[in-house]
Amino acid sequence: MTTRLFGTKVPRVEDQRFLRGQGRYVDDVLVGQRVLHAAVLRSPHAHARITDIDVSDVLDLDGVHLVWTHDDLTGPMAEPLPLLIPHPALVHGRTQFALAPEEVNYVGEAIAFVVAEDRYVAEDAVGRIRVSYDYLEPVVGIPAARAARALVHDDVPGNVGARLEQENGDARAAIAAAPHTLSLDLTVERSACQPMEGRGTVARWDPDLGRMTVWTSTQTSTGVRGCVAAKLELDLGQVDVITPDVGGGFGVKINHPWPEELLVPLAARTLGVPVKFTEDRREHFISSAHERGQVHHVEVGFDDDGRVLGLDVEFWHDHGAYTPYGLIVPIITSTQLLGPYKPASYRVVFESLYTNTVIVTPYRGAGRPQGCFVMERTMDAIAAALGKDRTEVRATNFIQPDEFPYDQGLIFQDGRELEYDSGDYPASLEKLKQLVGWDEFPAFRAELAAEGRRVGIGLACYVEGTGVGPYEGAHVHVETSGKVKVATGLTTQGQGHQTAFAQIVADALGVRFEDVEVVTGDTRRMPYAVGTFASRAAVMSGSAIHLAALRAREKALRIAAEALEADEADLEIVDGVVRVKGTESQIDLGTVAVLSNPLRYAFDEASKAATQFSVGDPGKPPVAEGEEPGLEGKDFYSPERSTFASGMHAVIVETDPETAEIRILKYAVVHDCGHLINPMIVEGQIHGGVAQGVGGALYERMVYDEAGQLLNASFMDFLMPYVTEVPRSIEIDHLETPSPLNPLGIKGAGEAGVIPSAAVFAAAIEDAEGLDHPGLAITAMPISPSELFALRHQHSSDPEETA
Amino acid sequence: MSEELHDVRLRVNGATHAIRVPARRLLSDALRHDCGLTGTHVGCEHGVCGACTVLLDGRPVRSCLMLAVSAQDADLTTVEGLTEPDGSLSSVQQAFSDCHGLQCGFCTPGFLTTIAAGLEETPDPTEDEARDMIAGNLCRCTGYQNIVKSVLRAAELTRERS
Amino acid sequence: MKPAPFLYRRPGTLPDALADLAGTPGAKVLAGGQSLVPLLSMRLAAPAMLVDINGLPDLDHVTVSDDGVRVGALARHTDVLADPDAAACQPLLPLALSNVAHATIRNRGTTVGSIVHADAAAEMPVVLALLGGSVTVTSVRGSRTIPAEELFAGPLESTLAGDEIATEAFFPALRPGEGVGFAEIARRHGDYALVGVAGLVRVDGDDAIEARLGFLSVNDVPTVVDVSGLTPDESAEHVLRKLEPADDIHATAAYRAQLVRVLTRRVLAAATEHARGRAS
Repeated sequence: MTTRLFGTKVPRVEDQRFLRGQGRYVDDVLVGQRVLHAAVLRSPHAHARITDIDVSDVLDLDGVHLVWTHDDLTGPMAEPLPLLIPHPALVHGRTQFALAPEEVNYVGEAIAFVVAEDRYVAEDAVGRIRVSYDYLEPVVGIPAARAARALVHDDVPGNVGARLEQENGDARAAIAAAPHTLSLDLTVERSACQPMEGRGTVARWDPDLGRMTVWTSTQTSTGVRGCVAAKLELDLGQVDVITPDVGGGFGVKINHPWPEELLVPLAARTLGVPVKFTEDRREHFISSAHERGQVHHVEVGFDDDGRVLGLDVEFWHDHGAYTPYGLIVPIITSTQLLGPYKPASYRVVFESLYTNTVIVTPYRGAGRPQGCFVMERTMDAIAAALGKDRTEVRATNFIQPDEFPYDQGLIFQDGRELEYDSGDYPASLEKLKQLVGWDEFPAFRAELAAEGRRVGIGLACYVEGTGVGPYEGAHVHVETSGKVKVATGLTTQGQGHQTAFAQIVADALGVRFEDVEVVTGDTRRMPYAVGTFASRAAVMSGSAIHLAALRAREKALRIAAEALEADEADLEIVDGVVRVKGTESQIDLGTVAVLSNPLRYAFDEASKAATQFSVGDPGKPPVAEGEEPGLEGKDFYSPERSTFASGMHAVIVETDPETAEIRILKYAVVHDCGHLINPMIVEGQIHGGVAQGVGGALYERMVYDEAGQLLNASFMDFLMPYVTEVPRSIEIDHLETPSPLNPLGIKGAGEAGVIPSAAVFAAAIEDAEGLDHPGLAITAMPISPSELFALRHQHSSDPEETA
Repeated sequence: MSEELHDVRLRVNGATHAIRVPARRLLSDALRHDCGLTGTHVGCEHGVCGACTVLLDGRPVRSCLMLAVSAQDADLTTVEGLTEPDGSLSSVQQAFSDCHGLQCGFCTPGFLTTIAAGLEETPDPTEDEARDMIAGNLCRCTGYQNIVKSVLRAAELTRERS
Repeated sequence: MKPAPFLYRRPGTLPDALADLAGTPGAKVLAGGQSLVPLLSMRLAAPAMLVDINGLPDLDHVTVSDDGVRVGALARHTDVLADPDAAACQPLLPLALSNVAHATIRNRGTTVGSIVHADAAAEMPVVLALLGGSVTVTSVRGSRTIPAEELFAGPLESTLAGDEIATEAFFPALRPGEGVGFAEIARRHGDYALVGVAGLVRVDGDDAIEARLGFLSVNDVPTVVDVSGLTPDESAEHVLRKLEPADDIHATAAYRAQLVRVLTRRVLAAATEHARGRAS
C-alpha cells in the first residue's frame, strides 16, 4: 500500500549532491575544460557621455583574446535590450544597450567587454581601457527625480516613465464625506535580493551541430533562449539554454537578458572557444538590479468603527535608469496594497520615475512589501485615532469568508481581474492572536516596564496573488527501465522542486518516489515555459506535472488493460506496478512502456520479455490513429487568474532605552497557502522569508550619495543578517483554504515570509516607544538604532536621554 | 610579458595536487579551477559570507582570503573531503538532510566545514554554542532556523555513530 | 575581484625576509592576510611584491612572564584568545579578542598584524594603546621598540618604515588593584564596532584612583583618554570633548556620541567591579 506523498516531509533529493559539494552551479560548468573568461568595464559615473574609448593597450596583454565596445556590435546586438513587459501606461520606457554607445546612466553600466585566458588577466585588461567622459548631472533619489532639475533621459519629461491610475468607486468623494480622515506620508528605501551566488553565463558554440548551448544562472531559461536567438540572429531551434543549479535568485535573476547573457554566446561563437562570465559581488551590487524604493502619500476616510470608506494612495516609484521589466512592481504595489480588506472605495495612482541608479526589477515580494507597509500603517493609524485595538480595526475591514470569490475591481499584474479566490482572514487573525499572545501582551508589557524594559507588539496582514500565468507545462516519460523522467520548463533556485514535483508524480502515477527524476529549466527537455517568480512554481508546474502524470497514467492503464485482458476500472498502479485489484495479475510500468512503443528489434531483456503478452490487433496499425509511441504524458496548466495566498505576522520587540538597539523577542506567523506539497519545504521558505524580512526592516538598504555612487556595495556595509540577527525561533501556524483554481488546491508560498516585515516591525517598534515617546511615528523603513535614536530626539521630553 | 608562476603542491582531502599558478591566484580559485574541486563556493571574495570556508590543518579559514601559494605545506579539507570514503554522508552532512538545513546549497559547503571543525572542538554544544559556531556564515535562503537544528542533530548523529 | 599581479617571496628566515622587504620598494608583508587580501582583491592596494612571512620560524609564540604577554608576529588571534596564561596575566586580551570579527577570521588573522594595520575601528590597536604596550620591529638596519603612543600616525597608518617587520607585540600585565572592561556595539554580531570602549581602572580599597579608557571607531586613530578622578557621568562628558565621533552610513555622530556615553559608563562600572573583585 503506497503512502500518499503529497503533504509529507520527504527529504530532498537535491541534498544528495549539494551536501557532497557536487552541485553544478554556473561557475562550475566546464571546469577542467578549455574555457575563456570574461570581464566587463563598467561606468564609474552615474551620468555621463562617453567621448572616447581607447582599447589600444588591451590586446598587447598576454592572454587577452577579445575586447569589444558598442562599435564592435552589429545588427540586433547593437540595438537596445528588449523591454520585456510593455504596458500602455509606460509611454517612456527605456532600456540599455548590451554595451553603452554614448550615454551611461548608472554606475555599473556596461561599456566594454573583454575575454581572456582567466578572470585575473581579463580584469587586468579592463584596467587598461581608457575612457573619456563628459559628466552630466545625475538624478539620485525620488525627491530629485520629482524635482526634475536634471533629467536622466533628455526626452523623458520630468523623469516620469509612466503614470497609472486605478480606481474602484469614488475615493476622494468618500473621504471628503467621511466622519474621520487621516493623512500619512510613508517611505520604503531601496534594497536588493543579494542571493549568495551572483549572476553567471557560460556558452559554447558547436559549429558541427550549428548549435549554441548556454548555461546561465537565471529564473527563466525560455526567456533567455528567446533573447539569445533574436539577438544573435539564430533560429530558436539552434539555441539550448540550460539552467544549472542556482545559488538563490529571489527575483533578481528573472530579469533578462543581461548584457553578459548575450555577449558571452556571441564571443563563444566568434572565438570558437567556450566563454564564461561570472560576476563578482561588487558587480552584483552595481550591475544587477535593486527594488523597494517608493514614497507614498495616503488619504483615508473612515467611520467610528474604523471601516475604511475611502482610501486614496498616491505614490512615486524609483525604477532606476531603465525599465526592462516594465511596471510590474508598482502595479503589484497598487493592487496588493489592498491586502485582505475591502475599502468601500479605493483610488491609487503612481508615477514610475527614472533615476541614475541601478535598474529596478522584482525582489521577493515584488512591490507587495511596500503596499503592505502602507496599508498596515494606515490601519494602525486608524486604530490609534479611534483608541481601538489594532486587530479589531483590521477585523472590521476584512473580506469575510462567505464573500469569496471577491472582486476588488482592479486589474492585476497579469492583466486580469484582481479577484481573490479563497481565504479566511478572521480565522487567521484568531490563530495569530493566540500564537503571539496578543491579549496577554498588555500584562507582559507592564511586567517588563516595572524592570525598566521597553517592549512593543505589532501585527501585519497581507494577501499575495500567486501562480500567475500565462502557463507552465510538464512532460512525464516512463522509460522501459521503469524510471520516470519528468521535465518542466521553469527553473529552481533552492525551492526543492526536484523533490516536491517528484512527490506529485509519485502520487499521481503510482510510482516510487525514488524512481522519479525531475529536471527543471532545460529548454532541451521542455521548451515551453515562462519562469520561476511570483510564487508560481508549485501552482503552475505542480499543476501541469500533476496533469501530465495523469495523462501518462491514463495511457498506462489503457495499455495494461489490454495486456492483462482486464477492465481499466479494475486496475491500480502501486510502486510502479499495474495490478488487477485483488489478484496476482500484474505488469510493471517499464514493460508497459516497452509495449507502448511497437519495436521490430528487441535490444534488451525488457523488450524480449514483452513478447509474453499479445498486444494490439493484427488487423489494425501498431500505432493507432491519434496515438503516439511511448509511455508519455504532456500537459499544460493555464489559469484564468491568480490564486490568492494570505498570511499575518506578529512580532514582539524590545528597544533599549539608552542605545535604541532593537531586539526580537517573539515572531509569529500564520499563513495560508492552500494545500502543502511538502510542509518542510514550505516552512523553510517561511523561515528564509522572515529572515530576509528582518534584514529589510532593520538592516538592509542601498545607500547612494548625491553623485550616484553606491556607498555600500559590499557585504561589509550592506548588512544582511547572520544567525545572530534573526529571531531565535519562529512560531508558525497554518491555515489551508484550498484554491479552487487548480487541481491540487495549492497556492504559492515563496514570497510570503518577506511581505509584511517592514509593516510589522514599524508597528512593534512604534508600540514599544509609545509610552515614553507618545507621538513617535515610524513612517520610513528600514530603521536602524541610530535612526530610532534620532526619532526619540524629535519626540522627547527628557533631555537626559537625548543629551 | 608573462606573470611569474609558482609550483605549489596543495594537499587537499588527503590527496596532493601539483599546480602551477601565479602568486595572486586565490586559494578559493585554485581549489575550484586548478584542482577541479568545485564544492567550495565564492560568494563575496571579501571574507564576509563564509561560503568559501575550508579547513586548514583542521581549522576553518576563508579560502578567498588566502593565496594558493600560502597554502603550501598545509592540510586542507574541503566539503568533498567530508563525505565518507564509501561515498555515504558524514554526520554533519546527514544532519543537514534530516533537518532541511539547506535550500539552494550555495552557502552550505562553508557551513559544513565550519560545523565539522566546530563539533570536533565542542562535541556536545548547547543551542547557544550551536549558534556561535555558525555566527560567521551567511545564508540567504534558510533563515538559519534549520541550520541551528542541523548542528544539534549532527552532534547527536556523531554520538550515535561512534 | 582579483588582485593585480605582484612578485612573491616566501623566505625561510627572518634575515631573508628583511632583505626581500628592503630590496623591493613597495613590498608589503603578508602574515594573516585578513585585512590585506581583500584590499588586494578590490585593487585598493597593488604592492609590487608580497613577502610571505608565514614560513618564518619561532614567531608564533604567546609568551607570558611577570611583566606581561609577548605575542609573536605569527600568533593567530584564536591562539592568543585561547591561551589561559595570557588571559590570567592580562584579562583584557580575551575580552577584546572575542570581539574581533568572527572565529574563522581569527583563525588566520594575527594579533600583531592587526595592530600594525592601525585601523582605528579595530580592537587590538586601542588595547595596546590603553595598556601602554609596545611593538618590536626589525629591518636590515636593526631592531627597535615602538611604544603604543608612538605607533599610530593616522588612519590605517603606523609609524613603521616600509622595510620594517613587526616581530612581536608586548601587552603589559594587569597589576594588582587593576581591573579591565570592554564593550562594543556593532550593527551585526562580528561587524566593525560603531563604538567600542576598553577600560582600565585601578582601585585602592573601594575607590577608583586611576581610570583610563581607550576608544575604537570614534577617531581616526585609537584614542586613550584619562578619566581619573571623574564620576562616570563626568567621564562620559569629558571623553566626548576629546573625541570626534563622525557620521557615516551606519550611524550619526549624535548616536555615536550617545554610545560613547553609554559604553563609557558601562565599561567603567565593569572595570571598577573587576578591580574591586581582584583586590578582595
